[in-house]
This record gives sequence, C-alpha cells and structure tokens, in this order.
Amino acid sequence: MNFKSGHLLGLEYVERDDIELILKTTKSFREILDRPIKKVPTLQGKTVVNLFFEPSTRTRISFELAEKRLSADSVNFSSSTSSVKKGETLLDTARNIEAMKIDMVVIRHQSPGAAHFLALNLDANIINAGDGAHEHPTQGLLDMVTIAEQHKTFEGLRVGIVGDIAHSRVALSNIHGLLKMGAKVTLCGPATLIPREIDKLGVEVSYNIDDLIQNVDVLNVLRIQLERQDSGFFPSLREYHNYFGITRERLEKATRPITIMHPGPINRGVEIASDVADSEHSVILNQVTNGVAVRMAILYLLAGGEHDTN
Amino acid sequence: MTQIKKMQNPMTKYQTLSGKLLIRDVHVLDPAEKLNSGLHVVIEKGKIGSIGKAAPDGFDGEVISAGDALLLPGMIDIHVHLREPGREDEETIKSGTLAAASGGFTAVACMPNTDPAIDNQEVVNFIREEAKPLLVDVYPVAAITKAREGKELAPIAEMAEAGAVGISDDGSPVMNAEIMRRALEYSKMFDIPVMGHEEDSNLCKNRHMHEGFYSTKLGIPGIPSVSEEIMVARDIMLAEYTGGKFHVCHISTRGSIDLVRQAKAKGIPVTCEVTPHHFTLTDQAVESFDTNTKMNPPLRSADDRAAILEGLRDGTIDVIASDHAPHSIEEKEAEYIYAPFGITGLETGWGLIVSELLDKKIIELEDVYRLCVEKPRQILNLPVPRIKTGDQANLSLLDLRTAWRLSEKPSYSRSKNTPFGERPLKGRSLAVINKGMIFRNI
Repeated sequence: MNFKSGHLLGLEYVERDDIELILKTTKSFREILDRPIKKVPTLQGKTVVNLFFEPSTRTRISFELAEKRLSADSVNFSSSTSSVKKGETLLDTARNIEAMKIDMVVIRHQSPGAAHFLALNLDANIINAGDGAHEHPTQGLLDMVTIAEQHKTFEGLRVGIVGDIAHSRVALSNIHGLLKMGAKVTLCGPATLIPREIDKLGVEVSYNIDDLIQNVDVLNVLRIQLERQDSGFFPSLREYHNYFGITRERLEKATRPITIMHPGPINRGVEIASDVADSEHSVILNQVTNGVAVRMAILYLLAGGEHDTN
Repeated sequence: MTQIKKMQNPMTKYQTLSGKLLIRDVHVLDPAEKLNSGLHVVIEKGKIGSIGKAAPDGFDGEVISAGDALLLPGMIDIHVHLREPGREDEETIKSGTLAAASGGFTAVACMPNTDPAIDNQEVVNFIREEAKPLLVDVYPVAAITKAREGKELAPIAEMAEAGAVGISDDGSPVMNAEIMRRALEYSKMFDIPVMGHEEDSNLCKNRHMHEGFYSTKLGIPGIPSVSEEIMVARDIMLAEYTGGKFHVCHISTRGSIDLVRQAKAKGIPVTCEVTPHHFTLTDQAVESFDTNTKMNPPLRSADDRAAILEGLRDGTIDVIASDHAPHSIEEKEAEYIYAPFGITGLETGWGLIVSELLDKKIIELEDVYRLCVEKPRQILNLPVPRIKTGDQANLSLLDLRTAWRLSEKPSYSRSKNTPFGERPLKGRSLAVINKGMIFRNI
C-alpha cells in the first residue's frame, strides 16, 4: 500500500516523485509557521484521531499542532499498554473509532505492521507515527526536509546514521528515503546494534566513528536507550560514549563542517556531547519545527489536496 | 477443561462400509506390495478384496470411478495439535480428525501441549478413548517432562504402556542437556523416539520471525537459524552417545539439514520432518504482516527453503508433517508481535505436496509413499498398512489434477488460521478409508 493509495505507512512504500512532492509541499507549510497567524482553514471539517499506544510527547504534540494549524478537528487516544492486554483487539479499538466517523488516523504502536493492519481494515487514511522498530516515515521526511535546507542536493550526499540501528524505526525510514533521493548512507554503531543483512538495503556499515566522520556531510545521531545496556547489547553507557559518542574533539578532525541531527529526545553526554548538540552545525531544533510542517503537508496531501496552499 | 457446544456429529460424515465398493481404474501405489499401476480394487465390508487389472464382472456394489487418481496406503500426519483437552474452541479430537480425513490422512499423531498436557496416563487414555469411534487413528505423543517444563521426566513408561508413540515437549525446547540425555536413554526401553522441538530459548525469546534481511527490513525481532541448529547439533550428539532414537520436528534451516545428513552418514539414529509451509513459503511472505505467516519455527530464507527441497529429494528428510496448529480468530487477528505462533495445515498439505513438490518434479510419487505413509510410521513403530487382499482397508484416494482453493470448499477444522486459504492448489484428497468407514470429499 503506497502513498498514492491514501496512506503513509513507511518510506519504503513512497515513490521518489511523491517524496519530492511532499518536500515541496512542506516548504509552503513551513512558511505558514512563520506567519503571525499560523492557522489555515485547509482541513476544516476533517476529523483526525491520534492513536498512541506508546508513550510519546513530541511526535504527538507535533501531529496535534499540525492538525490544529490546518483547522482539522482532532482527538487523542493514548494508552501505554496495547489494547490487546485489556482484552480488546486493535481492530476493535479501530472499528470503534471509525464508527465515530473519523477521516484520518495517526497511529503509534509497539508492533511493526500495526499501521498496515489498520490500513487493511479501515477506510480512513492511515499515517504511521512509528510502528515498533519498523518505520517512522514523518521523522524520515522531516529529517530530509532539514537536510535539504542545508545542502543543495541529495545526489551523492553522504549521510551517516549513528547508534542503535537495530531498534530504530528512524534509521529505516531515513535509509529508504535518502537512498531513493540518491544519497549515500553509512550506518555506524556497536556490532550488536547493527541488524543482520542490512547492507542488502544498499547501505554501508562501519564500526569506527572516527573513520565515518572523515567521510560524511551529515550525521544523524540516534538516541541510545538505557535499557539496551541492561539487556547486554553493550557493556555500559560510558563505553558507548567513549567509542561512538559524537564529541567536539572527534568532529574537529573532519575536513569540513558536518551537519548534526538528532531525532530527540537527546541523552546529553551519551550519544552526543552537549556542546555538539548546541553547536552552530546542529540543526536539531530545525528538525522539530520542520516536523510540524511535514505533518501538515502529509495531512493535506492525504486529504486529497493538490500542491497549492494558497 | 472447558466444554464448548458440540459440533455436528462427525459420525455423519463417516459412512460404514457394509457392502461392496469398487474403486475403478485407479493408480495403485504400494511399493511394499510391488504395486505401481492402474488397477481395480474391491473393498468388501471394510477389507480389501480383489485387486485386478480388469474390473470384476457383474459387480453389484457401489463404484467409484477415480479417473487417474492415486490410491495409497493411508497417509499419516505425525505432527498435529488437536487442542483437546483445553482449547476446544480452537479444535477438538473430532474436528481435527475430520480435517485430517478431509486432507487425505487416515492417522495422526497429536502433540502434548494441551491443557492439561499429555504428561500422564489419564490424558493418553482420554485421547485414545475419544478417538476410538473415529475413522482416523489418533496416536498421542506424550510429554518428555512434567507439564512440559523441561525439569523432571514425565511418567514415560506408563504413558508408553497406555499407547503413547513418542515423547516431545513440542512448543518448548528441553534446554537442560542432562534432562534430554535421560529422555533419550529412558525412551530406549520402549523403542519410542524423542521428538525434539529444537530451539535455544535464550536465542529466540521475544522474537517473531526468521532473522535475516526481511526481519531487518520489517523491524521485527528475528529468530536466528543457529537457535535451531545449536539444539539439533546437541541432540544428535546426545543421540549418538546414548543410542536413543531422536527425531527432529519441523526442521527449517540449511544448517540443521546438513547436520542430520552428516549424522545419518555416521549411522546415528536420527530422523526429521518438514512442514508444507516450510517447503512452500519463505520469510518474504512476512512483508504482508499477515499473522498467518507467523509460526515456530518461522518461515526461513530462500536459501533454507532450497536446502529443504534438496533434503526432500535426497532422502535426508524422512517425513512431511503439517504442525497443524489451530488458533482462534481473536488471537490471530492481532498485531504481529502479539499473535501466537502457528497455522492450520491438515487440509492444505496434500494440495501443497502436489503443487510444490510433485508438479515441480522435486519428488516422485514413490517419495510420497516414503514421506507420508511408510517412514513416519516406522519412526513411531506403527505397522505400515498394505494394499493386500484380506487386509483391513486403510487407504488414501488422492486426486492429482483438480485445481481448488480451501476457501471454496467445506473446511472441518474449527480454526481458519492459514495463509493458504486463497492460494490456488492442485490436487485434492477424494476419500479416505479406515476402520471399516469411508470419508468422502466427492
């Protein structure tokens, strides 16, 4: 089920021309965010439900803001546990919500494929806001929008993604999107956090962050979860920081400035040093702003809008 | 034990063979009787009568004109989950054996992960009593350990005496090598196999599909091939050391098949089975996120599937068994990581054997006899039925040409969790005969 069929399930399923359309549309919405009055009537009368089965603050707020700025009616459903544990199936939950006449569903869920499951079973447009370690397509898109603000073209652009690749939906969405646009992607992290056969997607793999830094234009630094240490993927956060942490010292060895990105929330002093996160090459807060604009563009395009926001 | 409403009486689907029945012009295949040609077979009161090149003159009983169908001694499926006692909403001994009959089988061996488990003589007796009036023979496989917990040996001698044909903790591995060693030693006294569910539970905990390119792409935690291979290697070594009979259930990886091939070459008493879904599908099928692609062992890589086909061809694989695992709709209609493992298989097995193995020239008809009739019974020390005048008729009448889909035909399993419901299949069972009864799909 691709983007043209009315859902955003993952960047694997979005064609290059659609990615270009989304990036272009985002630009128009980005301008709206700088206006004194940030609200447009584009989605008036449309109802969106944000279905969050996993704790999330920034993604949910970002979607909510996007919905509100487009004048959609939005409702939130949050549950820290899956409905299955309460005895209700995801399908039941979704059907109930649809019975309330909803046009679009934004879903965040721990299980890969949860968004596909809804797309198969409901008539509403489905937007995947993260399904397990599968995809997080709006994050991938906002990362690309942010990169496009800093670099002229994706063709030949060298992007490094650093950290816990194995448990990251951000990494997969970035990989699919960036490769489609012609960028070169290298993954870097402890061997225990690089999933098997990922090179078959068309990416390079490196275990040495200093080598990587010599060869990239952009570094996307992923969050390291404390629980990965507890489950034995690496011995300690300290050791992780010493071998993979992005520090000013390391970046100074690069021959040219590197754009620093992070999907947030950041663990200062673990995957990224504070001074790097706050440096002039860091675009971490631009990512957050672009996140709202990208989500506005997605809602608008899926609701059937053409590329003309005037 | 929960009692759900009784389904239709299966006995109405079985007809007693009181009179005479002629199966006209059918390809009779029984290598043990050196039969492999078009013949006419008469069945009288449930026993095999004349077998001849010409149809009997003036035959006055019922006639089945089978066209170019195949008549085999009854096929057996030695790996099914009948769910009774405990989950009668998903399957019962009656419904599961009806599914078996409809799928072309006259016998099944049922796995002990029921509730309560088949870990004592009473449950063995219960299953055998329930199955007595049914057309399909039901052979219980008993648990290796109490409650299938992998800790203490279950009363294996008592259960073998009551009729258990093998032991297995299927669904769970025996992680403790000492317990596995004792099971292989103890079972020697009854000459029954230890049927291993081979996986290292440390390597597969909270994992949901084969680990490889597709698990990486789908972000689903993967079960590595070595999780199975480590245990197959361990248990082959224990079988060699103890001399116990070891059977690998639902083998799924190239490495495991290589290990079994090497062990057989060394003369170690090891056998193995493969499921139709493992010889048909690969992990690519999980891209649909359809929970009917979730089973354990998981659908493996294309290379593993190629090794399975080689193993079927060269005889390393001894048995085709379905691992028929019924689950309720509400359990299966869940998110991928919350859905239980397992699919039904009794009613689609023959269609997949014809479509994927015979039509594609992976195996010959004689191999079907070996894989579905002879070897599985030899592993469980059961007599192999013969197509021989005077013997009880125990027969599978199998079509090799009909194109069909499970969704268009009556299905007898209480559960519908199969990825093959809409798949075009070729070859359907026409009828089975056993214990003086006939079940027909025609």
